[in-house]
Amino acid sequence: MHDMRFTLPGQDLNREPFALKPPDFQKKCEVMITDRGYKCRLTNIVTISSQEKLFLLRIINPQERELFNFRPGQFLMLEVPGYGEAPISISSDNSNHEFIEICIRKAGHVTSAMFEAKQGAVVSIRGPFGTAFPMEAMEGSNVLLVAGGLGIAPVRAPLYWIGNHRDRYKNVYLLYGAKEPSQLLFSYQFEEWKKVSKVELMTIVENPDASWAGRTGMITELFNDFSFDAKKTFAIVCGPPVMFKFVCNYLDGKGIPMNRMFVSLERRMHCGMGKCCRCMVGSTFTCLDGPVFDYWSVMNLKEAI
Amino acid sequence: MIYKVISKTEFRKFIDALVKHNTAYGPRAVDTGKDGKPIYQFMPVTSADEIDFDYTVTHSSAKHLFLPYRDELSRFRFNDEDWEQEVRYEAPPLILIGLRPCDINAINILDEVMLHGPYPSPYYLARRKNTFIIGMDHLPLPDCFCKSMNRHTVNHGFNLFCSDIGDKYYLSINSSKAYTFLKEFMLEEPSYEDNCLLIERRKTIKQSFTTNIEVTGLPVFLDIEFDSPIWQKWGDKCLSCGSCAMVCPTCYCYSVEERFDVDLKGSSRQNHLYSCNLIDFAQVAGGHNFRPRNGDRLKYRYYHHYRGFAANDNQQICVGCNRCGRACLADINPKDVINDLRLERESCMICVSPSPDRT
Repeated sequence: MHDMRFTLPGQDLNREPFALKPPDFQKKCEVMITDRGYKCRLTNIVTISSQEKLFLLRIINPQERELFNFRPGQFLMLEVPGYGEAPISISSDNSNHEFIEICIRKAGHVTSAMFEAKQGAVVSIRGPFGTAFPMEAMEGSNVLLVAGGLGIAPVRAPLYWIGNHRDRYKNVYLLYGAKEPSQLLFSYQFEEWKKVSKVELMTIVENPDASWAGRTGMITELFNDFSFDAKKTFAIVCGPPVMFKFVCNYLDGKGIPMNRMFVSLERRMHCGMGKCCRCMVGSTFTCLDGPVFDYWSVMNLKEAI
Repeated sequence: MIYKVISKTEFRKFIDALVKHNTAYGPRAVDTGKDGKPIYQFMPVTSADEIDFDYTVTHSSAKHLFLPYRDELSRFRFNDEDWEQEVRYEAPPLILIGLRPCDINAINILDEVMLHGPYPSPYYLARRKNTFIIGMDHLPLPDCFCKSMNRHTVNHGFNLFCSDIGDKYYLSINSSKAYTFLKEFMLEEPSYEDNCLLIERRKTIKQSFTTNIEVTGLPVFLDIEFDSPIWQKWGDKCLSCGSCAMVCPTCYCYSVEERFDVDLKGSSRQNHLYSCNLIDFAQVAGGHNFRPRNGDRLKYRYYHHYRGFAANDNQQICVGCNRCGRACLADINPKDVINDLRLERESCMICVSPSPDRT
């Protein structure tokens, strides 16, 4: 977890132009611009449920668009001028430099302002910040993605990554649970994930309605449906804090090492760069050392989940 | 570092010259406390006569000159469908006179936090670069405990440091800027007697500390005591007013707020210094509060000061000035809380392993 802080956010050496440039020894370090945001246009707004909307952002300046490289699991600070800033996890394909997708639930001041925004509105983003899921370390293993409710938003980024590099991973499972069938987000992509990304998708809901024909119950019940080789599996768990505890304890019992389970924590961040301390958990910052933690670190943090 | 000696009258002349042509902040008595003693604050000064060179300690720290209570980070100007963002780093040159070693150490800790991470803060950097710091040592107050935190001496982070040796000041000059100023005044090379006097002065300061807090191994203690009833006990006393954080020289937590101008043609993003004792500190959108109880938040402040940084940077960010203890309306001070914590554990140790005479 700690060596990831030193990897440049979103550096993709294959397409990074500065890898070909001679190094500039006068420059002491590459400092990210953190006080000025990138101007973005809301190119599309998709209502995916009664509470959530998917926003497609496009950075207006082409140079900045190239600069904004992220890795799956990182987040950005979304700013609606006049209303404030909020941390939002990026849920799009990181090889797609044209658009950034963020999935937002209407919860607070900033997100309510976003919900009133029309197509073509201009907002500002800073980032990307935080740690990412170690996708390279997972190569050659099974990947188990567990998402609960809105937790599917950060899980979408590693899903896209796996879809792009499907041959590097063995079996990929996606377990997705929600309260009600109508709250299963991105249901229009389920077939795409199953057939194109070759992900074994399992869904479950807690309170079924008349139209629901699938499984009913808590998300841990889905583990009875299949078996996996725990020694060769990495797990990514995103969802409400209660879910972390149940799922991670279950997986721990199954034999997945704690440093191979990754969770994404949430706190209210004000700066995104480890200065304001609003997101501090124990002695770590959710914005610098997280939001992606391995379960071992989270277990040792007091008040974390 | 160059060491020189200057007489007190000549030093006043130097300060006078410096203060006349620059914006300067120095300690001044602004009020009288209920015990009849003056209350000092860092205030704008225009001549050396206004400065109280023999002040004890200021009520608030000099932190707000680097991290203002309210700081405008950027401005937005709205056009029809679009907006423009302006970022300005406003940091006029500033002279700070009479900072105590603990204050300078606190600024060094803030440097560590604000400048040495992966994302250095340009606002802080601009202010820090444009500030000229003159430090002065002092005899500790009865409740100072900076020696326990090992912050009673300072080796870097200032431009000029003056130690009081009778009718002279022993100067440690730490920047060429300070030396260029001082060259115009009568400086002497320190003689053997001056060196002896300095060592004597340091010894006196070291021996005058009456309050001691044992902080060795405190991070482990705090970990063990995470669920201790002591936090509940002190939390019941705490009023959650945030006074401690406002006067603390190293509390830097802030909140970013954004508000529209009255004419709705623009908005400004400001950061406000905040306190982790205020009730909505850890509240997230949707209303969930990660630390709803007073005790939790009080505990958090102690964890941040005495444990968090020990785990990250191997140093505690408390400098031991006890400003929070003096400012607290409910009479909570770090000495009592930490001693309480230790005492409980130590009395507990007795029952676990009985001493020979008890068996």
